[in-house]
Amino acid sequence: MEWVNVILQGVLIGGLYAMFAAGLSLIFGVMRLVNIAHGDLIVLAAYVALMVTQTLGIDALSSLLLVTPIMAVIGYALQRGLLNRTLGDDLLPPLLVTFGLSIIIQNGLLELFTADSRKLQAGSIEIETFQLMQGVWVGALPLIQFVVAVAVIAALQALFYRTALGRAFRATSDDQAVAQLMGLDTRHVFAMAMALSLAIVAIAGVFLAVRANFDPAIGPARLIFGFEAVIIGGLGSMWGTLAGGIILGVSQAIGAQIDPGWQLLAGHLAFLAILAVRPQGLFPKVSG
Amino acid sequence: MSQIKIQVEHATRSSWIGVAIIAIALVVFVLAPFWGERQTLRLLAEIFTFVALASLWNLLAGYAGLVSVGQQAFVGLGGYLLFALAMLLDVHPIAAILIAGPVAAAVAIPVAALIFRLRGAYFAIGTWVVAEVFRLLASQISVLGGGSGISLPAAMVISMAPSRQLREFEIYWLALALTVAVLGAIVALLRSRHGLALTAIRDNEEAARSTGIDVTRIKFIVYVLTAFGTAMIGALIFLQKLRISPDTAFSVNDWTAFVIFITVIGGIGRIEGPIIGTIIFFMLRQTLADLGSLYLLMMGAVAIVVMLWAPKGLWGLIAERYGWQVLPLQRRLVLAPQAKETGRKP
Amino acid sequence: MPDAPLLELRAVDAYYGDFQALFGVSLQIDAGQVVAVIGANGAGKSTLLKSIAGLMRPRRGNMLFDGAPIGAAPAFEVVARGIALVPEGRRLFPSLTVEENLKIGGQSGRPGPWTLSRVYDLFPVLAERRHLPAPALSGGQQQMAAIGRALMSNPRLLLCDEISLGLAPIIVRDIYARLPAIVAEGLSMIIVEQDIVQALNAAAHVYCLQEGRIALHGRARDLTRESITAAYFGV
Repeated sequence: MEWVNVILQGVLIGGLYAMFAAGLSLIFGVMRLVNIAHGDLIVLAAYVALMVTQTLGIDALSSLLLVTPIMAVIGYALQRGLLNRTLGDDLLPPLLVTFGLSIIIQNGLLELFTADSRKLQAGSIEIETFQLMQGVWVGALPLIQFVVAVAVIAALQALFYRTALGRAFRATSDDQAVAQLMGLDTRHVFAMAMALSLAIVAIAGVFLAVRANFDPAIGPARLIFGFEAVIIGGLGSMWGTLAGGIILGVSQAIGAQIDPGWQLLAGHLAFLAILAVRPQGLFPKVSG
Repeated sequence: MSQIKIQVEHATRSSWIGVAIIAIALVVFVLAPFWGERQTLRLLAEIFTFVALASLWNLLAGYAGLVSVGQQAFVGLGGYLLFALAMLLDVHPIAAILIAGPVAAAVAIPVAALIFRLRGAYFAIGTWVVAEVFRLLASQISVLGGGSGISLPAAMVISMAPSRQLREFEIYWLALALTVAVLGAIVALLRSRHGLALTAIRDNEEAARSTGIDVTRIKFIVYVLTAFGTAMIGALIFLQKLRISPDTAFSVNDWTAFVIFITVIGGIGRIEGPIIGTIIFFMLRQTLADLGSLYLLMMGAVAIVVMLWAPKGLWGLIAERYGWQVLPLQRRLVLAPQAKETGRKP
Repeated sequence: MPDAPLLELRAVDAYYGDFQALFGVSLQIDAGQVVAVIGANGAGKSTLLKSIAGLMRPRRGNMLFDGAPIGAAPAFEVVARGIALVPEGRRLFPSLTVEENLKIGGQSGRPGPWTLSRVYDLFPVLAERRHLPAPALSGGQQQMAAIGRALMSNPRLLLCDEISLGLAPIIVRDIYARLPAIVAEGLSMIIVEQDIVQALNAAAHVYCLQEGRIALHGRARDLTRESITAAYFGV
């Protein structure tokens, strides 16, 4: 029974990892950009939520109503103002610019907020648990986060395949030049994709902040979790990303159960194993 | 009719000047313990190690097109190898530095086999994951201090040289020698046939592949060689620090962020770039005093600006404008002088 | 009252990097006209269309659409003004279905007679395959879809880049047979072709490009076989 609980915990946190990954995956799908600052933007969202909750006195989950649009606007401006200039055939500029951005965000947050650990309060829901079945307990918050993660991914799928915006994303990703011939301003399309990515990042950031302590330095680890979830699940598949996140979460949980110091290592080893044995991921849709 | 012979010439007037300057500088540096204070020696040694690290990163990213944000894996590996060899196997620290190279290269081989399955930016993050794995493994090794790290025992330190001053000199000369060796090896590589292939890959990977160059194999070799050099530098760095911990050994900020910014600002894809970049970096650091995270922030911003508006870096701008090169790496085809003069008959 | 030409190019030079592809090209097309641009491979026909459509910016010269300059306008603005390009090689979006490809053609939201059902009336075979992914269609069907997609933006000028490329003659004839229905609405067309016969049949006016220059132009029925061959091959 203990193992069932362990695996359940792993599945639930897998949902959070899948959310880390979804934003990353979306951007790569639409414009072949890998945002190395992605994890740091998740942390930025957490700090934005911190400021919102502190100034307005609302709880963390309600702050999402503000944090999400704020991050979306930041995403639009970031893409339009900076990252659009890095797109092209050369590999170096987007990589190095987003790496520089990562360093800037980390150190900027450090300057503004110091290295102190913070946490957001979500209220009483944090301690509620309920019993799924005999001997198996699950926390209300992790369950909510998982359900939201699944909902986000489902919403993304729906957006991509049933809306005009999603059509625009897919067309621009297929053929930028011809997309322009359709009347699509690709600068705007890319910026919308980044805005959407950071909206998801906002949700992920708030959930992260409620779940555990955060400080300016934890961004890169979140990037790595998101990246590992994408690679395990397979490029180009949103549901695959969910599966990847769950596998990562479960690996970490099993590792932690064996020895607390092994939690992260177990996840990385699971990732490396998949990379060795099935590099295209478990449910690939496109080739990178 | 005498045959027309063509040969490849590397040197230009600017490179003759450059080589001369380097030769003079070398003499000055070798003699530094005799004219410089302890602070100066430490600063110079730090500059040398950054030049070496940046040059190696430049070889990887600027020439082979492999952007790694995980070279700290090998810096830390070198450091831990030094401590492990010295403390657990009683190896002399200097010998340990030399052993760290080939051991790291051996480690790099399976690592490369794994992460070469990833492309582009995903490869970059993959290198980061590898560094993280190394860091986590290091914190599990309790005999080397686990998560909190360990200091080099006094006995080890004393075994290097009888007096502290001599030890400082020794480490300084080691840093200089290692840096010269790394740069020399890079120049030799670039002058060779493989270097020509690398330069082709740097300019246009697709085109290089179409001429029959085995791009993947060359990248693999460059990755392994870079690990070799980086680990040796890492070993030296931690010999100087006398203390190691997983967080310092595998620090992204110290061993990757600064290295990348140095190379970007100085000029990626040219051998002079990292040298210029390191000089700028240290000049800024000396004049601005250490502002900690603010300094890192500024460097990041400058690097972004440079990447967008002067992607070839400072040296790239200068070299393209004036056609200079400091080291004779260019290849120009010239007519060879005739082998035998036709004598004039009286 | 003389009508200003719908599209006018004056001494347009276009470059790919350092390579000059168009030299002082001048042409004009009036409303309701169908103009053919013929020429050998590499003559600059596609370059011409790309420049008009806004995918390339000419280095020298003027391009006026409805009297207003379009030389500096990016492609997505040019579409909004009423010029649509059927690109060489069809270039449907592989991730989209047939219907989605058509719908995205209407992205610019220009008002006009062309709707999804009108396009399906013109090309019934597309209606049968509307939910299939675009790559599942045959070459001829893809060409029809590409034309339909361009029509969805309700253009006033339709640019057709080598619509016969890679297609069997019977399919080409079928497609060209539907062009009059398109022109009947008042649409103007520039047809770029290597297939001279179809081009001369469909168009009233012909321009012949040879190595980036206009080597010949005139009314289709006035030009002789010999003069066309000479201009085409530059002999």
